[in-house]
Amino acid sequence: MIPHIPLGQWVADLIDWLLDAVPWLFDAISAVMQVLVDGLTDALVSPPPVVWIVVFTVFALLLRGPWLALYTLLAFLLVVSLELWVETMQTLALVLVAAVIAAAISVPLGVLAARHRAVSVVVRPVLDSMQTTPVFVYLIPAVFFFGVGVVPGVVATILFAIPPGVRLTELGIRQVDREVVEAAQAFGARPGQVLREVQLPLALPAIMAGVNQVIMLALSMVVTAGLLGAAGLGAVVVRAVTQLDVASGFEGGLAVVLLAVFLDRLTGAFGQRSVLSRLRQARGRRGRQQEAPAADAPVGAPSPVGARSVS
Amino acid sequence: MAPPVLRVTGLTKVFGAREQEALRLAADGHGRDEILRRTGATLAVHDVSFAVERGELFVVMGLSGSGKSTLVRLLNRLIEPSAGTVEVDGRDLRALDDATLRTVRNQKISMVFQHFALLPHRTVRENAAYALKVRGAPAAEQRQRADWALETVGLLDRAEARPDELSGGMRQRVGLARALAADSEVLLMDEPFSALDPLIRRDMQDLLERLQSDLAKTIVFITHDLNEAMRLGDRILMLKDGRTVQLGTGPEIISAPADDYVADFTSDVDRTRVLTAGDLLREPRLTARLGDRPGDVLRALGGAEANGVYVLDGHQRVAGVARDDLLARAVQEGRTAIGPRELVPDFTTIGADRPVVEFVHLVGRHPVPLGVLDGDGRLLGVVPRAAVLDALSAVPVRGRRS
Repeated sequence: MIPHIPLGQWVADLIDWLLDAVPWLFDAISAVMQVLVDGLTDALVSPPPVVWIVVFTVFALLLRGPWLALYTLLAFLLVVSLELWVETMQTLALVLVAAVIAAAISVPLGVLAARHRAVSVVVRPVLDSMQTTPVFVYLIPAVFFFGVGVVPGVVATILFAIPPGVRLTELGIRQVDREVVEAAQAFGARPGQVLREVQLPLALPAIMAGVNQVIMLALSMVVTAGLLGAAGLGAVVVRAVTQLDVASGFEGGLAVVLLAVFLDRLTGAFGQRSVLSRLRQARGRRGRQQEAPAADAPVGAPSPVGARSVS
Repeated sequence: MAPPVLRVTGLTKVFGAREQEALRLAADGHGRDEILRRTGATLAVHDVSFAVERGELFVVMGLSGSGKSTLVRLLNRLIEPSAGTVEVDGRDLRALDDATLRTVRNQKISMVFQHFALLPHRTVRENAAYALKVRGAPAAEQRQRADWALETVGLLDRAEARPDELSGGMRQRVGLARALAADSEVLLMDEPFSALDPLIRRDMQDLLERLQSDLAKTIVFITHDLNEAMRLGDRILMLKDGRTVQLGTGPEIISAPADDYVADFTSDVDRTRVLTAGDLLREPRLTARLGDRPGDVLRALGGAEANGVYVLDGHQRVAGVARDDLLARAVQEGRTAIGPRELVPDFTTIGADRPVVEFVHLVGRHPVPLGVLDGDGRLLGVVPRAAVLDALSAVPVRGRRS
């Protein structure tokens, strides 16, 4: 017969050993995250809701235009009227901290994977298993390492949100036109310059799509985080589930959706680069119009060289 | 003569894991397919050697898959050669460390790409200044060099535009400006005009010819279009399956294709634009000099079955044409030396460097064949009508020499 391999026991032993060997590491991580989430929550909750609603609306207006601004205004007013403002802001703080950390890990990892075949080969199966491992399996060691509360929720969220960030960054950089990279190399650019001046800017839409995915996945984890005792909308939903309270369950769920749509549309704007490039183009055009009187004279008599290809 | 700017010796590239084995098979003369079958490695370029002089426009010509794009990337080590050397100004690029290689790429060798390869998020001026930015030149110098280069290619008025606002031809002008601004000696051009439509391509060829006559860069120009090769190239290297098939000037290749592959190509070429009067030149069967006896010349004309003859002065210049009827009258009237009275301006001449298309309508109109003159007006030879018809109608035959 096939003998039983105590894989599970080995992992449990490993975790016990880690807890014994480097408890200070987990304490430090825990403390830092706690401070980050608490600080951001405080900043979001302490002023009256109207302050942040105005700020969010202005953001939406600048980045996406009047329709998202209108949505933002109405959605957050609804959240306030549902009396879920504080919970929503707690969730937002958790999502933002988790997303920023996940992005800070996944984008450089994606860059490395795109540049070094070996890294890519090692990272890919790890990402696959990270994405397919049932979320609750992460929670057990997370609780061991970080106790209950907001930190294990953030850590589980980070682990869950990293894979799409890495994948989209790697893909984005690999898809940069090979000739453009060659051109930079052919003019003597160092590898770092090629990365900074060519690969990252050209991969930016894909990278931002990755960041957008990171944020959305982080948001999808809030209920799980609520299960671990993190305050916020997750806790509202978990409480509603345990008490079979349809009304507050619906309200909590709706607030999550409202927040998700807001964050998705807002960060989707980065992916399209529409805003930045539109701003830059407008500035460029204005600059050119100012130069126009001076530039008109040579344009009036087109050079024989440029004449045909202008059309 | 000065040493060549670029010298390539035995350059070989194998893609694939079993490189050494593939190199051995290639050295034994096995073909590409055989090597691929036996080792799984692709022999992209094999044993290519040539030297490019300062100011020469050297064309590498081949179909897709002939290894020409690989070859041009071996020249600045964008692709690492498997064997052979690439020397720029006598320095072997393969011996350089990465930092020195980058300096050489930045200052000595510039490249122009088939699909332009501009940075889409930078302005035209920033693109043109790229080499200077990489080398860390001050902003004022970057701007000045970039503007000079843009002016040279006729795009200074679009300096603030972004590449996606420009047409294909204009984008390649930016690509050219970027290479010119670097002020490097060697210009590698990888099918720079292939992605452009025909009219724009002709414009760009004109532009390149004009630039080349002003700047005299050392250019390696890759193309799959033999007409383009013939038009631009001082010399042409014909590449097939990664190997050199023939290396020579355009007329040499047209008139004596090395094998059927080259002959196939040349049959598509517009010969009237490639062959020049000098290529079709024949020794005149008969010439006379001022002061010759009219009777002797008339007799010689009869022997050659001709109606007229070029009469040269003491400096081999054409004084005029002596026609048989005028010679006969001179004999009747008893004159003993050919002088101005026997000469008529009944002839046409052309410079030796002029292509057939410019003189094809002139041949056969006069009692003497078309005269071909050198720069000082001396008669080099003649182009009889039959020679023109022969050159234009002949199916190229291997080894035929004019």
